Amino acid sequence: MSDLPLIQADPAVSSPAATTRKGGRGRGSRLLSRTDRVVIALMVLVPLLLVVGLVWFPALATVALSGTNWDGIGPIGEIEWVGGRNYSDVINIYPPFVPAVQNNLLWLAALFVVATPFGMFLAVLLDKEIRGSRFYQTALYLPVVLSLALIGFVWQLIYSRDQGLLNAALGTSTDWYGDPDVNIWAVLVAAGWRHVGYIMLLYLAGLKGVDPSLREAAAVDGASEATTFFKVVFPVLRPINIIVLVVTVIESLRAFDLVWVVNKGRNGLELISALVTQNVVGEASRIGFGSALATLMLAVSLVFITVYLATVMRENRK
Amino acid sequence: MTAAAPTREPDAAASGRRPLRPARVVLHLFLGAVAVGWLFPILWAVLTSLRSYEYTAANGYVSLGGWTLDNYVTAWRTAEFGKHFLNSVYITVPAVLLTLFLASCVAFVIARFSWKLNIVLLGLFTAANLLPQQALLIPLFRLFTEVPLPPFMSDSELLYDSYWGLILVNVAFQCGFCVFVLSNYMKALPHELYEAAMVDGASVWRQYWQVTMPLCRPALAALATLEVTWIYNEFFWATVLMRTGDKFPVTSSLNNLRGEFFTDNNLVSAGSVLVAIPTLVIFFLLQKQFVRGLTLGASKG
Repeated sequence: MSDLPLIQADPAVSSPAATTRKGGRGRGSRLLSRTDRVVIALMVLVPLLLVVGLVWFPALATVALSGTNWDGIGPIGEIEWVGGRNYSDVINIYPPFVPAVQNNLLWLAALFVVATPFGMFLAVLLDKEIRGSRFYQTALYLPVVLSLALIGFVWQLIYSRDQGLLNAALGTSTDWYGDPDVNIWAVLVAAGWRHVGYIMLLYLAGLKGVDPSLREAAAVDGASEATTFFKVVFPVLRPINIIVLVVTVIESLRAFDLVWVVNKGRNGLELISALVTQNVVGEASRIGFGSALATLMLAVSLVFITVYLATVMRENRK
Repeated sequence: MTAAAPTREPDAAASGRRPLRPARVVLHLFLGAVAVGWLFPILWAVLTSLRSYEYTAANGYVSLGGWTLDNYVTAWRTAEFGKHFLNSVYITVPAVLLTLFLASCVAFVIARFSWKLNIVLLGLFTAANLLPQQALLIPLFRLFTEVPLPPFMSDSELLYDSYWGLILVNVAFQCGFCVFVLSNYMKALPHELYEAAMVDGASVWRQYWQVTMPLCRPALAALATLEVTWIYNEFFWATVLMRTGDKFPVTSSLNNLRGEFFTDNNLVSAGSVLVAIPTLVIFFLLQKQFVRGLTLGASKG
């Protein structure tokens, strides 16, 4: 695979005990019997076959299909190459495309600018280990264990036009899920509600790992709590920050379940993931078209996945 | 709910002994308000599900009264929840076991032997877990409708619309996360273990099955908790790779329920609570595992 250039440049991850490596074939491999070699090969190849067959092969096939006019039904042999036409069609003559990109970006912005800092702020507060912090934590990440589809239903009870709590409380009669001007915001509140707990958890784990002597030193120097956090603690959290950034981008790009249960991603809730799905399982089976959209998704996600992998692998070598 | 926290007896927490300063009170008030706000949508769903539709239709939802359990009975019967819960079990249990088994095999090889390809292997698996599923749907959909299965495995006689297909696709996508977590965990095990095992003439398989796996129990427990929740909650594949309503797991069957009872939010909420119960039970019983699983994935455990 050529997707992981940053990784291949790294030397192999080594555990502390692996300092006595001999060339490429390392520890213990000299003493392996034939049976052992077969066992090792099987242990790697069976899972690898599954992941390559069901994830990486479809990924490559998606990229390949995005340059064809295949209808998804006819035999594979009759596929014609159309080059970049699908891409230009998507951009020029596909009305939902621009709103979908806007909504995905909006999703990212909402999670990144509102939910993520809020989750981090709560993690900092809960890190003080005050009384009852266990209860607060539990309440905050309870939404994380619910499926996003279910969250769509739970919030329907609040948003519905005639039976929803929000209209009853405000005295309005807005159809929060149905009105194309407001429904993206309604859905984003639900998505953010779940995201905050997840981010809080990640930061809480990161904060627990910060060396206490750093804070003590800052306190001795008379730094205020805020100064200590921004000048001392935050820089130490850099790996967590990157992981949170990547998780947030990927989550925004993959957002699907919520809008699908509301209205299958139409009427103000267009998302790229939903457009791809509509083009495959919907009435209109435009495979090349859907593949072009899917390839854009893959390209964006692979950039961030690479950043993520580089970060975590570097972390593990420390 | 919130008042219970500050009035508790001072426990051994570091700050529990100090008198409450004004700043502390503000902090508690703020966190309490946020926690209640966060719990509210779930509590509201529970509350709605316990009230009769006639009562709330007549008096509005912001009222009290009309308590009943009928919504649960109706939702359970009409949506055939019993059957769909079983479907979820058929998919989730094998998928989680298979994921943990395959992932631990790969993780063991990555952690135990230092070949140059390890980093590529780890990258291939970890990245697979992060790819957007919808972007892979087109070829996968076609693949699933092309691969035949014998009739005793699936009455659709294809991977498409079968439990097997859903199990495989879930395993393929979830393996990556588990490989990542387990390989880190296994790398931290002392290497002397293996040296001793080699002296005893233990084969690679025994080193994996009898030396490494028992030591990984904490990580495996955390991952199992997380994966059960994720695969049970999985919605996308269960929606697009299944056609027969009778085979739908709980998550996708709820969508049908909503279509049938679009006007009856009390029933929808009862259905939602029923679907949430297994994950909530797992969460409250195994909260530590759940949290540890997530944080293991984000940092070195």
